[in-house]
Amino acid sequence: MELLNLARQAILMPAGIQDGDIEKIMNRLLSSSVDAADIYFQSSHTESWVMEGGIIKEGSHNIEQGAGVRAVSGEKTGFAYSDRIELPVLLEAANNVKAIVRQGQNAQVGLVKAANWPLYYPVINPLKSLTDQQKIDLLRQVESETRQLDRRIEEVIVSLTGAHESILVANQDGSLAADVRPLVRMNVTVIVKDNSRREQGSMGGGGRSDYSYFIEQDRALEYGKEAVRQALVNLEADEAPAGNMTVVLGPGWPGILLHEAIGHGLEGDFNRKGTSAFSGRVGERVASGLCTVVDDGTLPGRRGSLSIDDEGTPAEKTVLIENGILKGYMQDKLNARLMGVKPTGNGRRESYANLPMPRMTNTYMLAGSHNPEEIIKSVKKGLYAKNFAGGQVDITSGKFVFSASEAYLIENGKITRAVKGATLIGNGPDVLSKVSMVGTDLELDSGVGTCGKDGQSVPVGVGQPTLKIDGLTVGGTSV
Amino acid sequence: MQNQQEIKRLENTIQDLLDEAKKQGASAAEAGLSQENGLSVTARLGDVETIEHHCDQGLGITVYFGQRKGSASTTDFSQESLKETVSAACSIARYTSEDSFAGLPEKELLATEFPDLELNHPWSISTDEAIALAIECEDAARSYHAEISNSEGASVNTHQGIRVMGNSLGFLHGYASTRHSLSCSVLAQRGDSMQRDYWYTVSRNSAALEPPVEVGKKAAERALRRLEGRSLSTRQCPVLYSAETASGLLGSLIGAISGGNLYRKSSFLLGALDTQIFPEFIHIHEQPYLRGALGSAAYDGEGVATKTRDIVSDGILRSYVLSTYSARKLSLHSTGNAGGVHNLTITPGTFDYQEMLKQINTGLLVTELMGQGVNMVNGDYSRGAAGFWVENGEIQYPVEEITIAGNLKDMFKNIIAVGNDVDYRGNIRTGSILIERMSIAGE
Ligand SMILES: [Zn+2]
Repeated sequence: MELLNLARQAILMPAGIQDGDIEKIMNRLLSSSVDAADIYFQSSHTESWVMEGGIIKEGSHNIEQGAGVRAVSGEKTGFAYSDRIELPVLLEAANNVKAIVRQGQNAQVGLVKAANWPLYYPVINPLKSLTDQQKIDLLRQVESETRQLDRRIEEVIVSLTGAHESILVANQDGSLAADVRPLVRMNVTVIVKDNSRREQGSMGGGGRSDYSYFIEQDRALEYGKEAVRQALVNLEADEAPAGNMTVVLGPGWPGILLHEAIGHGLEGDFNRKGTSAFSGRVGERVASGLCTVVDDGTLPGRRGSLSIDDEGTPAEKTVLIENGILKGYMQDKLNARLMGVKPTGNGRRESYANLPMPRMTNTYMLAGSHNPEEIIKSVKKGLYAKNFAGGQVDITSGKFVFSASEAYLIENGKITRAVKGATLIGNGPDVLSKVSMVGTDLELDSGVGTCGKDGQSVPVGVGQPTLKIDGLTVGGTSV
Repeated sequence: MQNQQEIKRLENTIQDLLDEAKKQGASAAEAGLSQENGLSVTARLGDVETIEHHCDQGLGITVYFGQRKGSASTTDFSQESLKETVSAACSIARYTSEDSFAGLPEKELLATEFPDLELNHPWSISTDEAIALAIECEDAARSYHAEISNSEGASVNTHQGIRVMGNSLGFLHGYASTRHSLSCSVLAQRGDSMQRDYWYTVSRNSAALEPPVEVGKKAAERALRRLEGRSLSTRQCPVLYSAETASGLLGSLIGAISGGNLYRKSSFLLGALDTQIFPEFIHIHEQPYLRGALGSAAYDGEGVATKTRDIVSDGILRSYVLSTYSARKLSLHSTGNAGGVHNLTITPGTFDYQEMLKQINTGLLVTELMGQGVNMVNGDYSRGAAGFWVENGEIQYPVEEITIAGNLKDMFKNIIAVGNDVDYRGNIRTGSILIERMSIAGE
């Protein structure tokens, strides 16, 4: 397969590592008491450019490469990594790792190519998709066109980042799988001032594509317009209300609610260990019948998409909740094996220097039957939250928070005043049972999500239609 | 000493990088690297769960062509890669703009004295010994009470590393440091209520770590005391930040007075220098030269000498927190804070934890905060919280699923007391902090 050769060229050849060497490392790792083992090679090139104060202020180019070696026996994992992709170093790593398992008879394995799998993004190098001069010109254009949008704009910051990453993973069954993952992102932040009041607005997007993504459909310029719009709304915003009230969440990025409130709690590791508020609840009702939630790594070109996960499992569309009933968890290989289920293509790691864990890809709720306007109209008094800054969850107690960066009061079925960023807090296992209306307007976010777990960051996507939740605590200051 | 040789070797690597930058035409350059080895061991339910061997290295260089700059970094220390990294940085500098504020620090601000800050205390612990410690710690938590129902495990971590930095003004220095920690996280259950909490101890010297049994017991106590938490009705009341949550308040202060936010005019403390931002009894200072402390350093990320200094005294903001670049943007001088502050310390008051509870009388003790919810531009503050309801100075019941909100400017001014129950585990050292009044939102 072409991908495998590309990954060999990108990672192994510069280091002088042959397939035979991988076999040697694998054979060093294996013994009869090893349930699973893998060797993960990675090479990633990233760049970033920042325009601020009217000048191209920063540029950087970063290379990260290395290999991680893992052996698993029962629930025990041994792991070592090195940024030196050299046979003696990796053989020694294999020796260290093997100390975790009881010694058994040595096993032997020969490498075989993994079966073909579908690809959900093109095999491209985004860093080469524009010349450096063209990247700079794009930043300048976005900056100047954004700056002209309103006289109250004080500062415009535009950033552009791109990553070209190759991974190659060898498993204990001898299978060898590879992926080449492009990822681009652009962000526009504006600071506006009116009299003495200053506010900020920010918008960005991207995906597994190249830089032409930002030029198509004038996306880059749209980010600028949207950042200015949000900043100006914030200039007018009043104190947010405090207390329990009906909350309507807008479509798209507010799907971060699903990510925090239920997504993390449905990751296989927490459920295998019984530490999640959702542990042992498969088959039970955890949401209103209007809710169907999926995690889908197969959406073409999305930020959270993967052709294969970091253990070589092809990505899937996994139904988490169907018509309110909990269907299953997101799994990596270790937790799937220990729970007696199939891996779901959710085994992800930040890099070769971290162990894989069950992680989300693109998590979203399917569309419902209500017209979004009808949803707003149905609310006598409440909050309409359109944009969020980020969130957090305690998977054991189920408590989650997320911070609104753009929100409005709903009064008598109409959106009235803008209110300043308020934090929403709720309980994961019951928030979705309070969903009383689901819109027809499913949207995915623009491609800005980054999820953190145990200190590891991975790109993710979220999405949802307009949702009405009958009662969520809004943490404003106006009592 | 093996360390000395290794530092020397890595200093040569930095010097080679700087020489290469000059060769490729850069008018100035600065470079830094780090190399780190470590071991992490986790035990769960009485048995080892993971053993991780860490081995990290990375280097970065910034080159200047006059007032234009470019940066590059790599994890590959081969000669060939070093050359490529320098040329990547130089190539980027062809496209960045002239920036009259860019450049190396003023030479006279660079550190010239390098006292031994006692940061390097290698821990010769074997994998088996580390596993035994982790198991001892987790056992103490699990056997603490019948309601401790499950565990996320206990971990022992030990790291040893070398950092070197240099620039084309002749600054070149490297040092070794260590960091060790022990942590434990367990679950408590009573009926439908399930709660998790943790405790950890961290130090540059393993001898200063809390005993494993203490760490385990504290984790268990903390998880148990949260069981059957309730929400509160929406109200306003006094809020006591426990020492470990209070450090976040000082973190927000540092954010607001750091050069980057100031020159971007995205700080709620714009123009607050020499004005009263806290009550008169508040003094906050930086102590970079504390022996063996986690935040100690003789110089910052640019080689600028750090200083023992007041940031706030008598409640008045005396100094910003600046790097070379942000200082120039503000027509000031670097304060030696490229990369952050060093052992930020608020002078403790006279009350211990129990007396601080008496000071609240009736109000909320916050022991956990969730979410971002802090707006640096205007100081708006709204975060998820958990803790305890206090009446007549006594804890009544655990509280969860609430938010606390206010504006940082007002919150700073309305501090009533700072406790002497200081948490020394981080770079920000503070006791608990009592704020006169905040908005609570709940059921
Ligand atoms: Zn997340």
